[in-house]
Amino acid sequence: MSISIKNLTYIYDQGSPFETMALEDVNLEIEKGEFVGLIGHTGSGKSTLIQHMNGLIKPTMGQIIVNGFNITEDKVKLSEIRKKVGLVFQYPEYQLFEETVYKDIAFGPTNLGLDKEEIDIRVRNAMDIVSLDFEEYKEKSPFELSGGQKRRAAIAGVLAMEPEVLILDEPTAGLDPRGRDEILSQIKRLHDEKKITVILVSHSMEDIAKLVDRIIVMHNGKIELTGPKEEVFKHSKRLEEIGLGLPQILYLVNALRAKGIPIDENVIAFDAIKSEILKLVGGKHA
Amino acid sequence: MLRDITIGQYYPADSFIHHLDARFKIIVSFLFIISLFMINDFYQYIPVVIFVMLIVKISKVPFKYILKGLKPIMLILIFAFGINIFLTEGEVIFSFWILDITKEGLYQAFFMMMRLIFLITGTSLLTLTTSPIMLTDGLENLLNPFKKIGLPAHELAMMMTIALRFIPTLLKETDKIMKAQMARGADFESGNIFKRAKSLIPLLVPLFISAFRRADELAMAMEARCYRGGENRTRLKTLRYTKKDIIGLIFIGLYIASIIGVKIYL
Repeated sequence: MSISIKNLTYIYDQGSPFETMALEDVNLEIEKGEFVGLIGHTGSGKSTLIQHMNGLIKPTMGQIIVNGFNITEDKVKLSEIRKKVGLVFQYPEYQLFEETVYKDIAFGPTNLGLDKEEIDIRVRNAMDIVSLDFEEYKEKSPFELSGGQKRRAAIAGVLAMEPEVLILDEPTAGLDPRGRDEILSQIKRLHDEKKITVILVSHSMEDIAKLVDRIIVMHNGKIELTGPKEEVFKHSKRLEEIGLGLPQILYLVNALRAKGIPIDENVIAFDAIKSEILKLVGGKHA
Repeated sequence: MLRDITIGQYYPADSFIHHLDARFKIIVSFLFIISLFMINDFYQYIPVVIFVMLIVKISKVPFKYILKGLKPIMLILIFAFGINIFLTEGEVIFSFWILDITKEGLYQAFFMMMRLIFLITGTSLLTLTTSPIMLTDGLENLLNPFKKIGLPAHELAMMMTIALRFIPTLLKETDKIMKAQMARGADFESGNIFKRAKSLIPLLVPLFISAFRRADELAMAMEARCYRGGENRTRLKTLRYTKKDIIGLIFIGLYIASIIGVKIYL
């Protein structure tokens, strides 16, 4: 499942005084099985971009090609695309509506026209991925759950459609650190085990640094930088200019490097840096 | 799709009409509506057309924008048109099946449609050129004399302000929930009327919940800032009649005179 975007431009409220250019000539390739981080400031066009990827927004100009199909053409069945490209919106818990968690998660698969047994299997799987105990939660009302559980139930609702590409818009916004870590590690595990393509939208550099392979940085509706995370993090000046910055730990590394302490440029994971530093300090900590 | 709704929307621009006092504009809108109902023949629309066109021109609101405001009421227009054209008795000029089109019906249908169109365009000019805060301020001010007989003018105005304030928010929210459910395979556009009504549940439940949540949060925020109704409240921008309103008054006087003139002499 690859996604290819060509010369995509999108204008909100065209022809009114509120007209705004949300995306300007965006070109992008996402390969099958990639874990991509989409990062950018509020209003940089991230959310608009991902909504194009499953046909929720029609571009003003340009093309979006999902698995060889140009989804901007009129005759394309969007339901087919939405089956394959799952999109988890920001604050997805606000879309819960059913009486029970089970029914809510089953909403997507039911719309796909699957039979009862298949739906049941999918709901179980999806709840398993997000670590919601099936027996305990299936009959509960989604509105009784805690914030983090609601979020996970809502994500399960999209996972139950078993998409080949999973797009998550700020899946950890508003969660406590523990809830955040849980959800991120579940997403990571899902990517590693099922080999699906994941696009993670975030403005937390920490999360992105920890999880993704490749980063796409957006600024004012355009793609500012793109490449492997090691490469992107070398542009610290530019990242700061557009209000993003680096993960905290890299500031430490850069400060050390400025003092002439040699630390490998391509080491960016927190644990790897920790052991690098301990090695340099020497002694028994290493 | 939901972004197309322009009724009640404010169009920010720097024009003579925008700078008129809100109270004055509200009164003019009332006079305009009354004048529309005084009209009983086609040619009497001439001053109305001129008046509306002039105001649109001066207000700097694009004509296209006003036409867009008519789109949501298209259905009502067509319905009213149909009822008038088929159910008015008179001289039959065309008939098929059980439906007769009469000369009077045709006349009546066009006449009523024009009245509706002018009613909408004329009144939407009020909201297009007056910011919601100014509008409700003006309304509260106009209703003030009725406070003596127990009319809660401030509360009414506050309710209107809040309602107007939340229209775009809720529309945006609707759009978002709709998209989120569409991403889960929901289909809002096909099927018969029962299926469609049922397909609205995944939209309406979250929408209501979020509307109540927002209302709750707003009430809390207002209380936290010690809001307690209209007693002794002052305003950042007080309404003040200016020279512009006098010019406007002359203008509206001319309009009413011309309507009456047309009625008497033509």
